[in-house]
Amino acid sequence: MILDSKTPDGPLEDKWDIYKNSVKLVNPANKRKFTVLVVGSGLAGGSAAATLAELGYNVKCFCIQDSPRRAHSIAAQGGINAAKNYPNDGDTVWRLFYDTIKGGDYRSRESNVYRLAQVSNNIIDQAVAQGVPFAREYGGLLTNRSFGGAQVSRTFYARGQTGQQLLLGAYQAMSRQIDAGKIEMLTRQEMLDLVVVNGHAKGIITRNLVTGEIERHHGDAVLLCTGGYGNVYYLSTNAKNSNVTAAWRCHKRGAYFANPCYTQIHPTCIPVSGDYQSKLTLMSESLRNDGRVWVPTDNTDARSPETIPEDARDYYLERRYPSFGNLVPRDVASRAAKAVCDQGRGVGETHRAVYLDFADAIKRLGRDAISERYGNLFEMYERITGENPYKVPMRIYPAVHYTMGGLWVDYELQSTVPGLFVLGEANFSDHGANRLGASALMQGLADGYFVIPYTLGGYLAGIDAGSVSGEEEEFAAAASSAHAKTQELLNINGSRTVTEFHRELGKIVWDGIGMARNADGLKSAIGSIQNLKQEFWQDLRVPGTAETMNKNLEFAGRVADFFELGELMARDALDREESCGGHFREEYQTKEGEALRKDDEYGYVAAWEYKGDPADAVLHKEQIEFENVQPSTRSYK
Amino acid sequence: MTINVRVWRQDGPEDRGRFENHVVTDANPHMSFLELLDVMNEQLIGEGKEPIEFDHDCREGICGSCGVVINGTAHGPKQRTASCQLHMRDYSDGDTIVVEPWRASALPVIKDLVVDRTAFDRIMGAGGYVSVATGGAPDANALPVPKEDVDAAFDYATCIGCGACVAACPNSSASLFTGAKIAHLSLLPQGEAERTRRVVAMVDQMAEEGFGDCSNHAECEAVCPKGISISAIARMRREYVKAMVVGDS
Repeated sequence: MILDSKTPDGPLEDKWDIYKNSVKLVNPANKRKFTVLVVGSGLAGGSAAATLAELGYNVKCFCIQDSPRRAHSIAAQGGINAAKNYPNDGDTVWRLFYDTIKGGDYRSRESNVYRLAQVSNNIIDQAVAQGVPFAREYGGLLTNRSFGGAQVSRTFYARGQTGQQLLLGAYQAMSRQIDAGKIEMLTRQEMLDLVVVNGHAKGIITRNLVTGEIERHHGDAVLLCTGGYGNVYYLSTNAKNSNVTAAWRCHKRGAYFANPCYTQIHPTCIPVSGDYQSKLTLMSESLRNDGRVWVPTDNTDARSPETIPEDARDYYLERRYPSFGNLVPRDVASRAAKAVCDQGRGVGETHRAVYLDFADAIKRLGRDAISERYGNLFEMYERITGENPYKVPMRIYPAVHYTMGGLWVDYELQSTVPGLFVLGEANFSDHGANRLGASALMQGLADGYFVIPYTLGGYLAGIDAGSVSGEEEEFAAAASSAHAKTQELLNINGSRTVTEFHRELGKIVWDGIGMARNADGLKSAIGSIQNLKQEFWQDLRVPGTAETMNKNLEFAGRVADFFELGELMARDALDREESCGGHFREEYQTKEGEALRKDDEYGYVAAWEYKGDPADAVLHKEQIEFENVQPSTRSYK
Repeated sequence: MTINVRVWRQDGPEDRGRFENHVVTDANPHMSFLELLDVMNEQLIGEGKEPIEFDHDCREGICGSCGVVINGTAHGPKQRTASCQLHMRDYSDGDTIVVEPWRASALPVIKDLVVDRTAFDRIMGAGGYVSVATGGAPDANALPVPKEDVDAAFDYATCIGCGACVAACPNSSASLFTGAKIAHLSLLPQGEAERTRRVVAMVDQMAEEGFGDCSNHAECEAVCPKGISISAIARMRREYVKAMVVGDS
């Protein structure tokens, strides 16, 4: 298959308008004849469900949590970018576009990213109208802060709970439509398969997580808004229930998986404390506005941090990157932290941590100002570590946070399966090989509020409404295979728990496909994953039955998919013999240890087609064309 | 450290339920409370038993999924802390921890420690929003909002919908949950147009779901992991009385 991005012709600035001017529309009276299945209720799914229902479509929305308000978007802390230029510091739509393309290390599509920057301003307007309490100045107008990878202040925020407030805005808009009967909300439902009829996505198979029943749901299109796959690493900042299952099952039904090796390791997380650790907690990137990152110059320096004099400290980000300093992009900051820890200069009990120090900022601005900006983050840090960051520097270390890879989509957000659209983190489209801070909220909401309402209409205008009933044999076959697979997990009856397997898989993926990768490590990871997968299917123990709530069984199904995804990630990383963004191949680096990109050979999107076994996956390439920006070596010096 | 866990086990909504006792010998002070339950569940699976079901997701105190009564207190002993953020360093070797689900007829038990909180979603559906369809919103800075108002609104908007307020209330009232959303939107100009309609619809829905009324015990404020003040309830009542006078149409 040739991957057609369907990017409209015309100047970059006009492409979205050209598209909107020519896309087919669905007559208001006809919209109610169409049913759209929205899987996931985070920023992408929630905003899409609400907006499509407002337009008159019938929406069925599914989430694994007990309420749509709990999707993991809720945990996003720092903020959301927009090119409003309220601070008058020189921001434009072009600059937001350019920073995002550059931040992604020139591995994303110009047209998609430009559209993202264009609609960014509408998102802020919409959220404010919904009652989202963004931070304001005393004059009553909105205020901004800076985030990594940008030299303007364009990040809107709601204390350290921006994701929560934006998600509640979308959830409230959904609630209105649920009450009006335009959205049927199905909670505690997990998508286990995609149903494709005559080549088009027409339904999904779900497991009711309360009764265990396998259910069939049909409609005219499916929107997959199920987030990222960071939990393949076991330890990540993702919520415990975040998983790749819905996306992976779509991949098995024909949706290509793009750039799976592009994963984001976030530089500022609370370090691991022990083997029982179930997840990691992010400390917002916004902290790098005022916090200074350092380690002792001498790796034998065991003094407590506040007693170490200035001349015995290495503020390594400020030293290596004087123009961006502590606000370099995430991939750069994470690798730099790894580098100093590899040199033995890490701090804390495990020596896998660096200091994030607020002493100077408190001296300069006062404790109250710091508390106003970051109070809830400081409290969270203290609750978890038992240490007071107003008095001693935070200890932080990189952790898996976000996945730029995902299902391949075209300009319309449609996957390689017609009628299957993929939004938000679940798709691959806008962040290239590295996502800048405050861009995930922007992308999820852009896709749901302002892109899909147009592009989905274009698809629906070309098909007949209500063409399936759910009684087709494809539904029956998919339902019975979902049932069989669930039963298979229960029947293994081995000796090891899901968590043990997941933890071991996570360690393989972290060691082999983590912050730094090399060919040998990747090959060995593939072998280890295959072996462990085999053991999993022979020795897993899942107690209980499928006919009741059984969270352990849910996790088992997800871990089974993580094995297959993990292997594909390694194969993708092995294929990409260059370093770019979050994908750092040790064989390809500059003398200074920076990422060495090879645009001529690897300036493509790697879209993998499922062929039964990850070893047989077929690589398709979408060449990334740059007509408006000139890819250059990213420099934050 | 060794921790004795006395935990509620209930097979389904119709089951009477019972306590079970388990001993976790390899607890650790850095562990979170949910990680203690994880370790206990791993033990149970090892013994061939079914693990205890409990809701959890972000484990950062923001999604509102988790929430259990710990030694008689919703979310446990630490103020402004959700169950997932409670750490074992607050306990001592040999302690017994009693773990129960929220108990309120409007939040029925589904299984073990998992309860059905969909009543909250229906209260929100009754009016916890601003009716503004996507598109056509004015410029975000077109309407200045005093910082003090936004900050106050924010304090109410931080509700995570966990249900601790209901579990702690002797009347099983959802007044803090409902009042928080009403207070958030009534403090902002964007919520003004539907102010009257909203309070009446949400308060009526709350009653319809079977939550009790508020009689000022303030237990809800004491257990709220976000520290939401009961002034939210006062605001809700003021709004309601005003609506009764003005009429809701």
